[in-house]
Amino acid sequence: MRFLTSLALLLLVLAPAERVAAQEDGPSQGIVDLYEAREERDDWLIQDATVLTVTNGTIEDGDVLVQDGNIAAVGEDVDAPGDVEVYDASGEYVMPGVVDAHVHIGISNVNEATNPVTAEVDVGDVLDPFDVALYRALAGGVTTSHVMHGSANPIGGQNETIKHRYGVTDPGELRFEGAPGTIKFALGENPTRVHGTGQDIQPSTRMGVEHVIRRALNRAERYAAQKEAFQNGERAAPPEYSERLEALADVLSGDLQVHCHSYRADEIVMLMDVLDDFGVDDVTFQHVNEGFKVAPELAEYGAGASVFADWWAYKFEVYYSTAFNAAILARNGVLTSINSDSGELDRHLYHEAAKTQKYGDLSKNQALKLITINPAKQLGIADRVGSIEEGKDADLAIFSKHPLNIYTVPQRTYVDGVKRFDHADDPSDVRLFVDPEAPVPATRAGHTAGHAGTEEHRCMHGAFRMGAFARKALQQ
Amino acid sequence: MRLRSFLPALLLPFALLLVGSDAHAQQPKAERGPFALTNARIQTITNGVIEDGTIVIEEDRITAVGENAPVPSGAQTFDLDGSTVYPGLIDAGTRLGLVEVGSLSETRDYSEVGEVTPHMQALTAINPSSVSIPVTRVNGVTSVIAEPSGGLMPGTAALIDLFGYTPAQMFREFEAVTLDFPDTGRRGPWDDRSQQQIEKEAEEAIQKLNDTWAQAALYAGIDSARAAGATDGQRPEYAPALEALAPVVRGDTPLIVKVDAASDITRAIEWAAEHDQTENVIFSGLAEGWRVADEIADAGIPCLVGPVLAVPARDADRYSKPYANAGLMREAGVELAIRSGEAENVRNLPYHAGFAATYGLGREQALRAVTIAPARILGVADEIGSIEEGKVANLFVADGDPFKTSTDVEHLFIKGRRVPLVNRQTELFEEYLDREPGLEGQPGEQSGGNAGGPTGSAEETTPETD
Repeated sequence: MRFLTSLALLLLVLAPAERVAAQEDGPSQGIVDLYEAREERDDWLIQDATVLTVTNGTIEDGDVLVQDGNIAAVGEDVDAPGDVEVYDASGEYVMPGVVDAHVHIGISNVNEATNPVTAEVDVGDVLDPFDVALYRALAGGVTTSHVMHGSANPIGGQNETIKHRYGVTDPGELRFEGAPGTIKFALGENPTRVHGTGQDIQPSTRMGVEHVIRRALNRAERYAAQKEAFQNGERAAPPEYSERLEALADVLSGDLQVHCHSYRADEIVMLMDVLDDFGVDDVTFQHVNEGFKVAPELAEYGAGASVFADWWAYKFEVYYSTAFNAAILARNGVLTSINSDSGELDRHLYHEAAKTQKYGDLSKNQALKLITINPAKQLGIADRVGSIEEGKDADLAIFSKHPLNIYTVPQRTYVDGVKRFDHADDPSDVRLFVDPEAPVPATRAGHTAGHAGTEEHRCMHGAFRMGAFARKALQQ
Repeated sequence: MRLRSFLPALLLPFALLLVGSDAHAQQPKAERGPFALTNARIQTITNGVIEDGTIVIEEDRITAVGENAPVPSGAQTFDLDGSTVYPGLIDAGTRLGLVEVGSLSETRDYSEVGEVTPHMQALTAINPSSVSIPVTRVNGVTSVIAEPSGGLMPGTAALIDLFGYTPAQMFREFEAVTLDFPDTGRRGPWDDRSQQQIEKEAEEAIQKLNDTWAQAALYAGIDSARAAGATDGQRPEYAPALEALAPVVRGDTPLIVKVDAASDITRAIEWAAEHDQTENVIFSGLAEGWRVADEIADAGIPCLVGPVLAVPARDADRYSKPYANAGLMREAGVELAIRSGEAENVRNLPYHAGFAATYGLGREQALRAVTIAPARILGVADEIGSIEEGKVANLFVADGDPFKTSTDVEHLFIKGRRVPLVNRQTELFEEYLDREPGLEGQPGEQSGGNAGGPTGSAEETTPETD
């Protein structure tokens, strides 16, 4: 890793003309150096801001004191040590760092689409701290992301909750230490398309999806029982070790929380029935476009729902969607969040949350909860992030106007008290690593807006390439 | 690709039953005028703001605007109580009506087989019953360009109003042939072609464009000569693509050139000049327009810019460049409008404009960029784009700034008809907010509600400022 760091530094020193051209409004300092310098400081007094605590109302003209990367005090006229760096935020708004419950940035692979069940793989093994998307999200106030495996398999791989500590070059430093483990499940068209249609194996229907999940959990149940029997001396040998069944046994014990890609009401109810049969309580449904149809059932199960603000009609199973989904779910008592599933949307989740004012008349504070404390609860990290409270991590986003106002501009984002984004001070080109092989600047021109252009490159990234490989292997 | 095209075939019978219609919904009908909107704050766009005025709508037109405009007898009057009237927003680049469900090829009508198909008419395939149309217009978007895409010359785009029962009823008298200008640079980080390969392929693509153009010019020449009686009246062989291009060559039909990368924009400017099209082209997309804004301004080519809500074209670019792009281009003197590039979410056009406003374009210019500016660029400014006497009554009433998410649209008029503010998404909200029956099918049982759920009650009030 040290080698990569040195390489990045070297390349920054030897940066081509392209970098100079892109530098018109930034300092010509190495980015890794810049961040190393910033990491020296995790004590701040953010002064005279409108403080949107999310959990304890709004403090007009309030201060937030940050010490050792934690929130040390919140209130009006907070006493601070004399030597603390003061940020005058008068006229500005400070809110808890945004928590994105579903995204696929900061990793180099998304789908292990070679089997309908791949519980053994973990996107935490392929973290990529050089992904500029991590910075772009910071520039929209995001401090924590739930980086997920893709949706090709009914039971996919394990996910990783990360903090946007952009500037570090060791992948491990992105991890949200102590965050509960989670695993991706997926229902409906994606798994049936990849495996049923693509490889002529189960599942090719929603019936098959249920069966694949039941079969896998059944095996895990037996595996766990055999292990226990061996440990109790009731069995001569342990079961043959299986990384996959170890992970699935963790699902049954609650050590791995289920986050399930889903759209239609029927499949949502199906998974709750299956999990109920196996005694699994902790589940958050992702996307869950038809969650509004079964909001009472979701509320009763205690399931979470993490939704898009308004994406729909990019495939048939989201044709009967409504932008009022978040509001219906929230008003029916379902723990609801709004996520991005996109390196474009995650840059303005504050705007996505704001749409619930229009679609369902949520209050400003309710809207802010959808991207802060609610996703934090869904990820099991609400004791650390998601609100501005004394003792919590100093993950803070400062905006020029109220974050739900279309005319707002994110000003600064702090992660653990370290300033990782500064609208006024950051250079334009923040790449930590410049690819020496790229002879001409690559452009992503001709991009399309909306989900049609992104899902195939994110949630389903790699699914079909791997599918083709698997097909070939099966033929041999 | 193969996988994706197979499943839709299985779904086809199902999709045909359901797509594009909503059998159970009883949509209220649009009402006809005359109407009078009184106590209105009127954002005319072209003549400033009238703080307290009246607008009269008769047939499809605005027949009076002003502080003391007389209300004709028999007019249905709406007292707006200070709410603001805006001209309907115009999205200068969408696939609305040309696709119903993005992943289902049976419902995708924006891309025909073939590289050069300018004779493919968007207007032919626009589905007036698309569920996305009412979803779009309730946010104040009343007109859009529906454009084909894919290939070199994918077809002829059309401007439509978002109300009507046939494509002809929706047509707003603007058509343009579209050209997806060849990519002459690296297409993305995944593009691992060598520099020589990139240059070779770029030359080939430009050559193909030039060959096509030469044929079209020849065809137009023969056709003009025949029309002038200079030949013996023999018609050239039937060549529908060339027939569609002939009026473009003559400058009678505009050419929308979709172009994004800076180097491609430069080449497109040169190409237009070489082919006597500088006065006839309209650029669209312009993801890197800011990089060559001066060149575009010098050429005087109008631009349909967007999507604004997009990631930067290069990893090295500042995170906010797509937001700032329109403002930077405007600053350089480019005449521009904003486009969403969307299909089912054209309803977000006000937010594309809002982000452009915030990052340098300014609110006033952003509002013009989705009203009078596209109307002027498309040559329909005598009909739509502002609130003026004699113009078509495409307008909406809002209780605040239409770029803000906290704003609600209160009335919508398209071609003088008052269009109901309902669509399938609002109907689903009405049906499911307090679902009946609730849990377990118990008659009358109320579910969830606002009983102290994790997100708190809908009535929750927190002191907040904006």
